[in-house]
Amino acid sequence: MGFLDSEFTDGNIVITKAEDLLNWARLSSLWQVSFGLACCAIEMMATSASHYDFDRFGVIPRPSPRQADIIIISGTVTLKMATRIKRLYEQMPDPKYIISMGSCSNCGGPYWEHGYHVLKGVDRVIPVDVYVPGCPPRPEALLEGLLKLQEKIRNESMIKKTA
Amino acid sequence: MKQAEEILQILKANFPDSNLELKTDQPTEPILVASPLEIDKLSMFLRDSSELLFDSLMNLSGVDEIKANLLSVYYHLESTKLKHKITLKVSTDRNKPEVSTVTEVWKGADWHEREAYDLFGIIFLNHPDLRRILMPYDWDAGYPLRKDYENPEFYQGMKVPY
Repeated sequence: MGFLDSEFTDGNIVITKAEDLLNWARLSSLWQVSFGLACCAIEMMATSASHYDFDRFGVIPRPSPRQADIIIISGTVTLKMATRIKRLYEQMPDPKYIISMGSCSNCGGPYWEHGYHVLKGVDRVIPVDVYVPGCPPRPEALLEGLLKLQEKIRNESMIKKTA
Repeated sequence: MKQAEEILQILKANFPDSNLELKTDQPTEPILVASPLEIDKLSMFLRDSSELLFDSLMNLSGVDEIKANLLSVYYHLESTKLKHKITLKVSTDRNKPEVSTVTEVWKGADWHEREAYDLFGIIFLNHPDLRRILMPYDWDAGYPLRKDYENPEFYQGMKVPY
């Protein structure tokens, strides 16, 4: 049973574990770094716009890594950009999460063999929580990826970080 | 509006010492082959001569002709006033690829030449700011679009091959 569901069954009193409360708070307002790389970023912006409305999951773009919880790597990660991404990630406060969006940031995508300038997967520089396949993924796929991340955060424990 | 043959005659009359040649044996537009160290003077004339007025450098690209041991630069010019076009080509030795810059003639050549330098290693003499433009500034593994280029195993601790 979800955290909020019990509110309506137990007469306005909710008894829960501190862990569940923290996880619920975290997964309900994932502020993402305002950061896009390539064509996937266009889909990410479409996901943020009114039709798909990322905001209904508490995802709002934050133009500073210091106030963000999640970074969506949306596009081709060049070697030149990889060092910058690493720096952005290091500037984010814990707990922080990463969604790798699209084939390029998952594994290099179409640049896997002849892309002399492309990092073959962003997980070579930062730890990825959820991989969203597609080239580029549709907004529905990115939303699914976010739901998967929320699922991971929901089951996190204070002792052991899983996401 | 002038045909490539007429443009060649005008150039020959004004640069009698230059070694100019028109290649028409390819299924493309005629290509005017010039010398790499004279291309700046030639370009200035092409731009300013009242019969030619090539005011626009549409494109500048590098080509690696490894079998002939040459690195070449192609210039696609257009006159927006007289509505004619010409393609220029210069070739240099692959071991010492030096071409005069045309940034003085067309400002837009600046970044095109930086790109040709970045990806082919062609040195543009007297260029105001010849740095890499696409690859990282500290890239020391060579020039990626050369035919004999091999990608490095690592860049700044990151594995490069798949």
